[in-house]
Amino acid sequence: MEALVRDLAPQVLGVLVRRGADFAAAEDAVQEALVEAVRRWPDDPPADPKPWLITVAWRKFIDASRRESARRTREERIHDEPAPGPAEEHDDTLQLLFLCCHPALTPASAVALTLRAVGGLTTAQIADAYLVPEPTMGQRISRAKRTVADAGVGAPGDLSRVLKVLYLVFNEGYSGDVDLAAEAIRLTRMLMRASDEPEVAGLLALMLLHHARRTARWTADGALVPLAEQDRSLWDTALIAEGVEILQAALAKDRLGEYQCQAAIAALHCDARSTEETDWTQVLEWYDELVSLTDSPVVALNRAVAVGEADGPLAGLRALQEVPADVPRRTAVEAWLHERAGDVAIAATLYAQAASAARSTAERDHLTKQAARLRHG
Amino acid sequence: MAKYLLLKHYRGAKEIPCAPMDQWTPEEVEAHLAFMGHVANTFRERGEFVDAQALAPEGTFVRYDGEGRAPVTDGPFAETKDLIAGWMVIDVDSVERAHEAAAFLSSAPGPGGEPINEWIEVRPFLEHTHTDVE
Repeated sequence: MEALVRDLAPQVLGVLVRRGADFAAAEDAVQEALVEAVRRWPDDPPADPKPWLITVAWRKFIDASRRESARRTREERIHDEPAPGPAEEHDDTLQLLFLCCHPALTPASAVALTLRAVGGLTTAQIADAYLVPEPTMGQRISRAKRTVADAGVGAPGDLSRVLKVLYLVFNEGYSGDVDLAAEAIRLTRMLMRASDEPEVAGLLALMLLHHARRTARWTADGALVPLAEQDRSLWDTALIAEGVEILQAALAKDRLGEYQCQAAIAALHCDARSTEETDWTQVLEWYDELVSLTDSPVVALNRAVAVGEADGPLAGLRALQEVPADVPRRTAVEAWLHERAGDVAIAATLYAQAASAARSTAERDHLTKQAARLRHG
Repeated sequence: MAKYLLLKHYRGAKEIPCAPMDQWTPEEVEAHLAFMGHVANTFRERGEFVDAQALAPEGTFVRYDGEGRAPVTDGPFAETKDLIAGWMVIDVDSVERAHEAAAFLSSAPGPGGEPINEWIEVRPFLEHTHTDVE
């Protein structure tokens, strides 16, 4: 029942919001309806849970609105209830995601609101995942709701923002008892049912192709394993196959975008039995596509790695010259290219420098070991 | 979002150092403490607050001295420049916001109700997660 409720709650919320309920009030109403469902369904299960929930949530919302006599104007508006149509489920999910990723919100607020309202996670779970106290996360979520309510629903949704927020959630991985990467995949699957935009499929493919290799990416005690050293037998081939299939269908629509390019690069890595067997020329071609789509310096940095593999370390170092000095991990890439070129002493110094500028403990430890390996190898 | 440690040393920015707190009037101490509570509440209300702790001024340095031997202790030290009065941890959207928050903390009132303008050390946390480059 929990899985069903988690799936239905955002759809019901979406219906209420589309009918004109303000975000916070709609969420309260959905929560109350869920409580009632938990109480009544075990003895008296509805034939079709979703309309049941919509009816009850809507009634809860109307009751609450009536109690707030000061809000009569809104009450008039909500009585213009649109007739439910067959396509509404998809539209509502999409509408809700647009709201949660509203341009007036900072990325962190959008992430928190999306996980709460669309993902159906509890505030405590989200707080745990982001390592902040529960009241802090509660405040972040209610502020986000207020911001959305103040900014108004009218603006057309921005799909690229939704994709960015989902990718942020995915990259958070898992630190608490909630697997945010899996949650991001679940939400992106939901979004893909509502939108046939190829970038949505591209993002889902990218997530699957990364997720498939997750167990190989970390040692049991949390140390980073670089791509070249990963035990590829640990990769989840079923997930890779699914990612590739979704990607191919997206590419066939011939509307290329960043996520499709990144997924294509990930697919090429998944397709190789070792880094030596990787088709680096094709990887580089995809990076060239990616560079033409985005001016992201991180992409330019990753491209320099591919150049180093495809055309040799000196070509890689030349490509690196076009990457601004303050891009995170630039020094780490520079170290690796120098090592490849045989400048071991320079490489060791650069690895050490990169370690002191690392932004995560796993990255710092990995780079420190690289420096140590070169200095004492 | 990124977490930052706002570290409070006893490091004033003024040429004439601010008198130690035990020489302030009760009202001045009261106002200072109330402001600290206000800062924490503001961060809470913004959804940025993670932790705040105050430390006793006196501590001891301790180190290992070999198997079966008692730990070596040293101190306490009187040099106020090494003292850490306490800290706050915040989770914010940008380094600019972290600096703004630190400046707010540094504006706490001292003697005469004037801001102390104490230096706050701002240190980013290393993250636990990591995204691959490939």
